[in-house]
Amino acid sequence: MAVTDEREAFQSPWWDVSRIPLHLFVVGVVLLIIPLIANDFIVRQIFSYAFILGTIALSLMFLAGYGNMVSLVQMTVAGVAAYMTAIFGTSAIDTISLGWPWWVAVPLAIIVATIFGTLSGALAVRTEGIYTIMITLAIAAAMFYLVRQNYTLFNGFSGLNQVNAPVFWGVNWRDPAPFYYLSLLIAALAYGLVRYVSRAPFGLALQGVRDNARRMAALGFNVTAHRIAAYAFASFIAGTAGVLLVWLNGQVSPGTIAVGPAIDILIIAVVGGISHPIGPFLGAILYVLLRTFALDVLVSLGLSGERFQLLIGLGFLAVVFFSSDGLLGLWSRFRERARRDPVTGERREE
Amino acid sequence: MAETVASRLSATGTANALELRGVSRFFGALAALQDITMTVAPGERRAVLGSNGAGKTTLFNCITGDFPPTAGSIRLFGEDVTEFPPYERIRRGLRRTYQISLLFTGLSVEDNVYLACRGVSRGRFSLLRPRRDDALVTTARDLIEAVHLTPARETLVANLSYGQQRQLEIALALAGAPRFILFDEPAAGLSPTERRELIEILTSLPDHIGYMIIEHDMDVALRVAEKVTMMHNGKIFKEGLPQEIEEDEEVQQLYLGGGHGGH
Repeated sequence: MAVTDEREAFQSPWWDVSRIPLHLFVVGVVLLIIPLIANDFIVRQIFSYAFILGTIALSLMFLAGYGNMVSLVQMTVAGVAAYMTAIFGTSAIDTISLGWPWWVAVPLAIIVATIFGTLSGALAVRTEGIYTIMITLAIAAAMFYLVRQNYTLFNGFSGLNQVNAPVFWGVNWRDPAPFYYLSLLIAALAYGLVRYVSRAPFGLALQGVRDNARRMAALGFNVTAHRIAAYAFASFIAGTAGVLLVWLNGQVSPGTIAVGPAIDILIIAVVGGISHPIGPFLGAILYVLLRTFALDVLVSLGLSGERFQLLIGLGFLAVVFFSSDGLLGLWSRFRERARRDPVTGERREE
Repeated sequence: MAETVASRLSATGTANALELRGVSRFFGALAALQDITMTVAPGERRAVLGSNGAGKTTLFNCITGDFPPTAGSIRLFGEDVTEFPPYERIRRGLRRTYQISLLFTGLSVEDNVYLACRGVSRGRFSLLRPRRDDALVTTARDLIEAVHLTPARETLVANLSYGQQRQLEIALALAGAPRFILFDEPAAGLSPTERRELIEILTSLPDHIGYMIIEHDMDVALRVAEKVTMMHNGKIFKEGLPQEIEEDEEVQQLYLGGGHGGH
């Protein structure tokens, strides 16, 4: 790819849908009509949830895929935004919640989460590889124990409940269909933003840092500052998704940001594939489907439903075993095979 | 060091391109560099010779700040940069190439050169994509042309041949407005044709760009340099004009291994 995308020169008005590739067009239309054809449970607990988890995992994909920084703190950043939405906005615990309107509480929550993520990044960026994972895991664990033991601000073990999505423009955004479109919009915006920035100087330089940090310094880049800025960018995305997460669940508790969910985000990103921003969303759909239906599958096979975690684990293991780049890798291998002549193995002309 | 800006900058504009005073670098008890004092005039082309382990690359690493020196001071165009991180030195016109190609293998040739141009200009953190007529994109393409890589402009660097990677190394060092370049064995592993091309690129650089070149091939070194510094065991052994160094008996004993030196 070149710095400037030659295809952008394609002169046609933005509303001209004929320039959208067919497969994207189909996916787009299907996503738009899902609330019309699926029941509320599917719309909320499968799709909206997957978009939110996918967006959080996207923030990890940005750091890991472009910056080679595996951060386990992304779920915690989202959790901070969730807690702040409840604290600045309204919840059942009115001794803690400040009751500010959503248009004050939400931006503030995202800002606090971004600052939190940036500071975590500033601690983590001086290390590499497994040490980055350890430091971010330590921050995630510390935050989990803080919110569980602190009652004055985070209401300890039970957390903050009855945190509802607002009603504005005559729409109750808590309803399944509006919330679906809201989370789809945020996911699509985050996806587009990451794709766009990956070709902008900031994103390119981050990939340069990934490939060779020492050389980047020898080209005049402040590598540390660049890495911290990447954390800030990723935290902004994770924080935005965190607000949606608290609205979806209606509550936030220490369990939301425990070490388990933090690792789940890593699993989602890795299983989906961290080489392209679409990967985390594929991983999130698979994750949510497995989590939701593994139990039913086991019971229908006459097995004990308690083993559903095992089935989830096997599912992920299967994906990672067959492809080092998750579902994305499976897909590109399949496409590569389809392109080759089955007899000679030569690449076919298209 | 709490020096003021005024004291870091020399009063005159005719400062030396590079000035090392008593620079030493220890790795544990091993002295890779010992008390190196040297000056390079603006626009001067200097060759650094010496056997393996003489400290040539360590010297480069100290100058660029990849490894800070254990002792001594480094002035770049009159400014004391001893305490500066590498990127601050680069922004002051210093460039280097690496002995083993250090490139961004996951990016295309154009992206590599574009990053090199971006590194010494504003907008390093820009979230906006460059426009198609962006000046830096044009500059990057010109540089690619200058090192004969235009056909490979869109190629991933991981897929380039060794010779092409060496050419790209040079393009990265020429990006921005270099004033002083450190070439670390740019001719190593090149074919005779590529070597001639390299000599041509080096000798046709604008006069104001000085450089220092580490080169094992005496013929190349003597052809592209105006002055030669011989290093041995982390110290400066001899300094002089190419002619003098070539004819110096001690140098021949040491560097050319005695028997081969008599031509």
